[in-house]
Amino acid sequence: MDMFLEILISALLVIGGIFGAVGSYGLVKLPDPMTRLHAPTKAATLGVGSVLFASLLWFGFFSEQSSWHELLIILFIFLTAPITGLMIAKSHIHRSWQWHELPKPKPDENWATCAPDREEPEAEHQKAMG
Amino acid sequence: MIDYALYFAFACFGLGQLFCLYRVVIAPGVSDRVLALDTMTINMIALLTLFGILHGTGMYFEATLLFAMVGFVSTVSYAKFILRGDVIE
Repeated sequence: MDMFLEILISALLVIGGIFGAVGSYGLVKLPDPMTRLHAPTKAATLGVGSVLFASLLWFGFFSEQSSWHELLIILFIFLTAPITGLMIAKSHIHRSWQWHELPKPKPDENWATCAPDREEPEAEHQKAMG
Repeated sequence: MIDYALYFAFACFGLGQLFCLYRVVIAPGVSDRVLALDTMTINMIALLTLFGILHGTGMYFEATLLFAMVGFVSTVSYAKFILRGDVIE
């Protein structure tokens, strides 16, 4: 049983390490910013989840101080990684894409990052100054 | 056997940190830098967890949790700042 657990934990650690390294390498290797978003938000998150699960098993079976803290961290990371990806994608669209380069939205709708009723920063500033 | 797997994972995530550092220093746009910093916090969470297994102590749980939360909040606030020019409106 101990042997089996050791093999399982080692396999989880190795898989997690490979996924983490691949995720970070994709950040350097992939050609443009939108594809670069894929590597860290998917592969690296899976790698960290695998390592945390290995830690959960190790503390549960080989140590006296077992706890569920890692599960909390896994849940938190898996919930927040897509939100991070979404926010960074939105900021990238906002900064470096013109409106006519984006796919056409539905007739009555618009892209959230280029809403037409948004006031310009200068106008807001002038309004604040009176 | 777990020791060797641990050292392998340490090497992998350390290499990942170096890739991210390269992407922070040399990047075509600001969103890439933010993404690289976010990946650095994620890799750091993994490194802290591995360090906890290596030393057999549960002392690093809280540090890991804090790292996860602060990393998430900082990334979202930076992206929000780029988007709206303001963090809290």
